[in-house]
This record gives sequence, C-alpha cells and structure tokens, in this order.
Amino acid sequence: MLGLVPIALALSSPAKAQNAPDGVDWFKEFGVEQPRPDPVSGELPVKPYTVTDANAGATPFAGSDMARTFGGQDGIHRLAHRLVTLIITDPAIKDIFVATDTRRLERTLYEQVCYILNAGCTYTGREMREAHRQLGLKTHDMNALVEDLQRAMHERGIPFAAQNRLLAKLAPMKRDIVTR
Amino acid sequence: MSGRSTRETERLHPITLSCRISGLLGLFGAVLCGAPAILCGAPAMAEDAGLFDGGKLLLTNGVSTIEGSAGGGLASWAVIPGMETDHGIGLSAFATDVPLRDFNLETHGFAIGLRNRLALGYARENFDTLSAGEALGLGHGYTFRQDIVTARLRLVGDLVYGPQWLPQITLGTDFKHNLNGAVVRLVGAKQSAGTDFTLSATKLVLGSSVLINTTFRLTDANQFGLLGFGGDKNAHRSGQFEGSLAYQMSRRLAIGGEWRTRPDNLGFARETASHDVFVAWAPARHVTLTAAWVDIGPVATFRPQRGAYLSVQIAC
Ligand code: HEM
Repeated sequence: MLGLVPIALALSSPAKAQNAPDGVDWFKEFGVEQPRPDPVSGELPVKPYTVTDANAGATPFAGSDMARTFGGQDGIHRLAHRLVTLIITDPAIKDIFVATDTRRLERTLYEQVCYILNAGCTYTGREMREAHRQLGLKTHDMNALVEDLQRAMHERGIPFAAQNRLLAKLAPMKRDIVTR
Repeated sequence: MSGRSTRETERLHPITLSCRISGLLGLFGAVLCGAPAILCGAPAMAEDAGLFDGGKLLLTNGVSTIEGSAGGGLASWAVIPGMETDHGIGLSAFATDVPLRDFNLETHGFAIGLRNRLALGYARENFDTLSAGEALGLGHGYTFRQDIVTARLRLVGDLVYGPQWLPQITLGTDFKHNLNGAVVRLVGAKQSAGTDFTLSATKLVLGSSVLINTTFRLTDANQFGLLGFGGDKNAHRSGQFEGSLAYQMSRRLAIGGEWRTRPDNLGFARETASHDVFVAWAPARHVTLTAAWVDIGPVATFRPQRGAYLSVQIAC
C-alpha cells in the first residue's frame, strides 16, 4: 500500500513528476497523457456528466433557518475547507484521498452543502453513486467522515440539533456511497 | 471536545479515564481500570488488518442492559454491542451496580459483536438481599445469582442510515439460569431456568436527534429471573413491552427514559413494571458511563425498590 503512495502523489501533481531528480519525464517517456489543471480554478478535468441539482442527492431545506445557522455561504465555505483538511489528514481515511483533486472536492462539497441548506447555490458536481463508484468504501469509512464533519461543525459552533438535521439529509446517501 | 483529532489520541484516553472513575465503582472499577488496555489493546493492533475496525459512531453501540444484551440499561435495543461495523468484530465489557432501598443488584459481563450482525453475550447478576434477607428468613446478605447468555441477530435496517422509516430490527433470546433453584421453587417459581425471546426495533431519528426503541419480549421470568421462572399465579410465558426514548445532546451525551413491563407470576409478591431515566456519556471512544434513577417496583413483598443505576462499559 505504502509503495503506491508516491505513484498516486505523482499522478495527482504532474508538475512535480516532471521535475523528478533524474530529470526524466517518465509520463512522456511512456506516452501517458497527463491531465492538465484548469488555468483558472486549478482543478483537474473529469469525464463529462450531466449537471443538475438532483446530483446533490437530497432535497434542500425550506426557509433560511438552516442557512443562517451555518453562517451563510461564508460559513459553509469555511466548513467545507475545514472538512477537507480533516478528512485528508484523518488516519482512518486519509489514504483514500491521496489521488483526489481536493480543490474540486472542496468546491463541490461546498456547493452540495450550500444547496442542501438552501443557502443559494446550485450543485455542479457529480452524482454520489458516480463519484464514489470506484472507491470500494465501507461503513466505517462513512462513519469516519461523519465524525470529521461533526467535528468541523462543532468547531464552527453549530448547535448539535442542527448538525443532526444536516446529517439526516446525508445519511440516506450511504447506500450510494458505501459499496462494500 | 478537545482539539485532538485522530483516533490514535482518543485511543489513549479511556485507560486513564476509567482509572479515574474506578474509585466510584470500587472493585469493579479497579478491574475495569486495566480493561480497555487488555480488551482493546490487541484489537487496536489488529485494526490495520481490518478485523477490529472500531468504526461505530459514538454511543450507537448502546449500553449494556442488566442482562448483558445491548440496550439502554433496562430495555434491550436492536443494536449490536462492540464498536465494529459490518466487516469487523467488536468487544464489549461492563459492570453495573444498582443500589436499591432494600437490596443491591450488581451485574457484570461481556459481549462480542460479529459484523454488526450477530451478538453473543454473557452476564452474571448478583442480587444481594442485605438485611431484607433476614426478614425473608434467608439470612443477612443472602444473594440470588443468575447466569445469562444472550444472543441477538440483526434482521434488517440500520440504526442511523438507510430510510428514516426503517428501524434496525433484531431478533434475540436470553438464556437464564438461576443458581438458587431450591429457594426460588420454595417461593412458588416453577423453574430455575428460563428462555426469553425478544424482537426489537430501534432508530436514531437524526432530524430530531431522538432515539426510539421498542422491544417485545416473551418471558416467564420473575424479577428478571432472579426469583425463577413461572409461578403459582401464571406458569407460562407472556408478552411484555420495553420502550425507550432518548435525546442526543451531543456526540457524547444522551439522556432518556425507559419503561419495561414484566409478568406477575408469583402469588406471594406482586411484580410491576419498571422504569428509569438515564444519562449516558461517552467521555472517550471506548468508554460509556451511564447513571440512572431506576424504579423496579416492589420486590418480594418489600416496598417499591428505587435507587441509582451506575454502569461502566468498555467497548472496542
Ligand atoms: C455523506 C457523505 C458524503 C458526501 C456528501 C460526499 C460528497 C462528495 C462530493 C460532492 C464529491 C465530488 C463529486 C465530484 O467531483 O463531482 C465527492 C467525491 C469523493 N468522495 Fe465523497 N462524499 C461522502 C462520503 C465519502 C466518504 C465516506 C469517502 C471516503 C472516506 C469519500 C471519498 C471521496 C473521494 C475519494 C472523492 C473523489 C472521487 C474522485 O475524484 O473521483 N466520500 N464526495
């Protein structure tokens, strides 16, 4: 497993791979096509898909109470940022994210949560089943992410009852996310 | 909550913590002081192998009932003990003391959970009659003892995930063996051993942070089996109900109440429903402490028995 990490890291940051100590661009040598990050957003391209709010996997809350409780778009931005920081360092699940484009993940997570909380966003990411299909996730991965999310929400001072109301929207997604 | 994030740091917590609370529970506290290390040490090492994943959400393993199955203290719940999820093995051990007005119930045991599907548990109950023993002609401190083996099979549903309308549903059985056969027959019990059957449905309704549990139990136990099984008034099993309602205050803290009806089989002493109000607190990943106020109604002609309920559970 550890042996794969450098490879995965190299895959996720093509720039570094080209400046390898031996000066050889192995991707070029082997004719491997490198995904080019978008010059503006820095995100890597993904396979085309239909963009629709339905991909968010939950219906939004009615009214503006939940959006306000989560600190509006600004609060949700900070929440998404903190969540991504936590999950990519959580010993229980960090290995799953070594090859993930975390810029895109943070943006789409933000959009998804913002959409569900009815804080004025549209969700432009992929469907949950599609995004997690290849990952072979288990229930304890899901629980680890939920605990990281709980921690991020707690740090932002979001009352526990409101935390659970958001989790109630996410919980049914488990059947699309956890495949093992 | 502390600023420490990883499961690694949390893993160290319970040992020191359970040592600090050990004073509260005397001998059993002292035994439990080393328990997280012994119980969870090897599993922690095996966690990488995926066997002991320790991945349940806090408090969703419930707390051990006085009979050793997972639940809320008095009522059995549909949850599987141990911190494992559907690919792992979980372990759980507990000690509970229930000092009542005229008696003292002490119970301890352990359970294993397999893939969050099957649970097997063992518990020993010691019901000390204290000075009431003298009045009953049994002698001061005469103690009724009972061994209980529990089994639970999760049929369908998930406590937390899945459709909100589908609870976790578990079928179970408690095999009870009273060790004071001669005495319990003397007071009118038909048998010194009995088997209960349970069907439980439990759901954590996240949208309102409320846990709802209902259990249907077929039983012929007198005072949980401590006074044997069946009696002169009624010899056979009857259907009984256990209900629990809990509110989750935080990841680590829940409060709630329970109601458990019981048969009234013995002619010499009336038996009524029992109930409790509880606080369950998970100060660390492997530890749950429960404090409750419990009322198990009149016991063996003595006035209604109320008192505290104090319990420590270690799970991994
Ligand atoms: C309710 C729970 C979850 C939600 C709401 C969620 C949400 C998302 C979103 C919005 C994306 C990006 C979709 C896109 O790029 O278009 C994503 C991707 C991803 N998620 Fe999740 N996720 C959840 C659970 C998990 C869990 C438990 C894990 C693993 C521990 C995980 C690992 C990943 C990874 C690795 C990606 C990137 C996949 C790729 O780039 O191909 N997710 N998730």
